[in-house]
Amino acid sequence: MNAIQTGEKRRMKHELNGKKFLLQGNEAMAEGAIAAGCRFFAGYPITPASEISERMSYRLPQVDGTFIQMEDEISSLGAVIGASLAGVKSMTATSGPGFSLMQENLGYACMTETPCVVVNVMRGGPSTGLPTSPAQGDVLQARWGTHGDHPVIVLSVSSVSECFSITVTAFNLSEKYRVPVVVLSDEVVAHSRETFTIPTADSIEVADRIVPNVPPEWYKPYEDNSRGVPPMAPMGDGYRHHVTGLAHDARGFPTERPDEIEAFSNRQFRKITNGFFEIQITKKLTVEDAEIVVIAYGSVARSARRAVAMARSQGIKAGLIQLVTLFPFPKNTVVNLMRQCKAVIVPEMNMGQISREVKRVNTGLTEVYKYNRIDGKLITPMEIFEEIQKI
Amino acid sequence: MISGMTELRHKYLRHHKKFPHVWCPGCGNGIVLGAFIRAIERLNLKKDDIVFASGIGCSGRMPTYVDFNTLHTTHGRALTFATGIKLAKPSLNVIVVMGDGDATAIGGNHFIHAARRNLDLTAVIINNQIYGMTGGQASPTTPYGAQSTTSPFSNIEHAFSIAELAVAAGASFVARGTVYHAAQLDKLIEKGIRKKGFSVIEVMSNCHVQFGRRNEMGDPVTMLKWFKDHAVSKDDGSSLPPDSLHDKFTVGILADEDKPNYIEAYKEIREKSQRN
Ligand SMILES: Cc1ncc(C[n+]2csc(CCOP(=O)(O)OP(=O)(O)O)c2C)c(N)n1
Repeated sequence: MNAIQTGEKRRMKHELNGKKFLLQGNEAMAEGAIAAGCRFFAGYPITPASEISERMSYRLPQVDGTFIQMEDEISSLGAVIGASLAGVKSMTATSGPGFSLMQENLGYACMTETPCVVVNVMRGGPSTGLPTSPAQGDVLQARWGTHGDHPVIVLSVSSVSECFSITVTAFNLSEKYRVPVVVLSDEVVAHSRETFTIPTADSIEVADRIVPNVPPEWYKPYEDNSRGVPPMAPMGDGYRHHVTGLAHDARGFPTERPDEIEAFSNRQFRKITNGFFEIQITKKLTVEDAEIVVIAYGSVARSARRAVAMARSQGIKAGLIQLVTLFPFPKNTVVNLMRQCKAVIVPEMNMGQISREVKRVNTGLTEVYKYNRIDGKLITPMEIFEEIQKI
Repeated sequence: MISGMTELRHKYLRHHKKFPHVWCPGCGNGIVLGAFIRAIERLNLKKDDIVFASGIGCSGRMPTYVDFNTLHTTHGRALTFATGIKLAKPSLNVIVVMGDGDATAIGGNHFIHAARRNLDLTAVIINNQIYGMTGGQASPTTPYGAQSTTSPFSNIEHAFSIAELAVAAGASFVARGTVYHAAQLDKLIEKGIRKKGFSVIEVMSNCHVQFGRRNEMGDPVTMLKWFKDHAVSKDDGSSLPPDSLHDKFTVGILADEDKPNYIEAYKEIREKSQRN
């Protein structure tokens, strides 16, 4: 048996697909990343996200990937972008304080259209805040945290199984659209344990970035096409080109020409708009005839699910839209339900960040109520049920 | 000689694309770029196998002009991007150019940690003792007592010695050169790239526009002569009386050690992780 075969055999032992585990949300995220093809992780310890780093440090070498603990979160995202430029799917994970530090490099990933996944396991803030309590205070930061106009995809998770599957989705969207994807988790989802069977490899859909098929001398790394997503050549494969955070032309070189800058910026937005059909993910529960619709995400969506079931058992026509994608905000789905219902309730563990979006798209179709908690405690099913009853 | 230079220019510069460059006439950055290109030529490396990365500043524009895999990152963070690239594709030769502010102010933490970690990267730090691009503000290497646009009455902070800092932080190879000693610079950069492990080449360079002008250092030629007069080679330095050295700086190789490097060590980690 040659060395490669032996290596292959050993690796097989570390395939967890098809096996059942009692997993924490954070651990499931690490497994989702590996299933999506992530082979590089750089991070810095922080509660309540550290278990993602810890599991990656153990799991990545098993699958011939690389884990590195960096000196801070700025360097973590820098290394992640570097690895992605070299052609390896990459991820980092952090919580509020670290996510704040990542904002500049997040913009760099937007500007250079470098795929990468950034997980923010939200805790109470601002500042050091409540390290071990859940919150949803970073929703608008995830959308607008880095400076400059930019599109970004923000997803959220509410269960262990979503920690796995949505992480896979995050990688797929990131690769397809060449954008950083932020996945918002929270302390409750991250630390809850549920039994979970890791899907078999053939049942997981994995998308890889498109690489150029033209000869290197024809390659223009930022040239527009019908999708608005140029093929991306990994560094070192013969397609030598320049990558910069400065505004750049189709070849990647700095430009100050308004026509080139406008074309570039418009393409950034167009590529995401073109993809709304697959980027804007929502889950619905008993909305068909619903008169009261709860719009929730993250761990609050779990409570909302229960509250809606309680309301139904009392004969109240309640329904739920769980937002998996927070940005680009799934306007069409929300507006369609607004047309039919009497009221919408938006419970959040912040002072009303997604409720602003809901109100923005409402245009007088329905009543929008918000329900907020910012004391570090999860919103319970009972609280949401009571809000439903009040209407 | 001239024809040799022309040949190198054609081979390595993106001359039909991105010139004229942004640097002021007489800037030391061009000398550093020349030395870098000559070092690459001597090493006989394939252009596809080279990543040339930078942070932000005048020095940060250098990769734009050369035909490698080039990367212009965020201010101070070039080494972090380089870390990701090297780990993702260890076969690439990853060279990073930084300014003194870039490497030791905003990027100071990344710099010492890259040295400590000993990943096989080469860092060329152009020390012009000032923030060039932003208009002559004081940097961590601006001398005590010097004038800058943010120390108009005199700089009251003490300067870092970059090369010595790199030695203390654990870099495998550390050297200091100047833009006056251009031939030596080629060799220092070449050795740094050859070295398996983290290498640092600090290059004393002239910013006559932002630093020299405010500190009466004269034109570029006068500044280059200043480097000549104040540089002491490492070997000579130890034999000279200490008080004759107070306004001098050492040039040459300050450290050259063989230490386990990160890539090799990580291979063993993979083996271990897959064993059971
Ligand atoms: C986060 C951030 N802060 C500040 C700046 C502004 N800035 C651009 S270049 C520079 C200093 C450059 O000085 P140095 O690193 O010494 O390089 P030089 O221009 O002298 O080559 C600064 C402060 C920036 N680009 N990014």
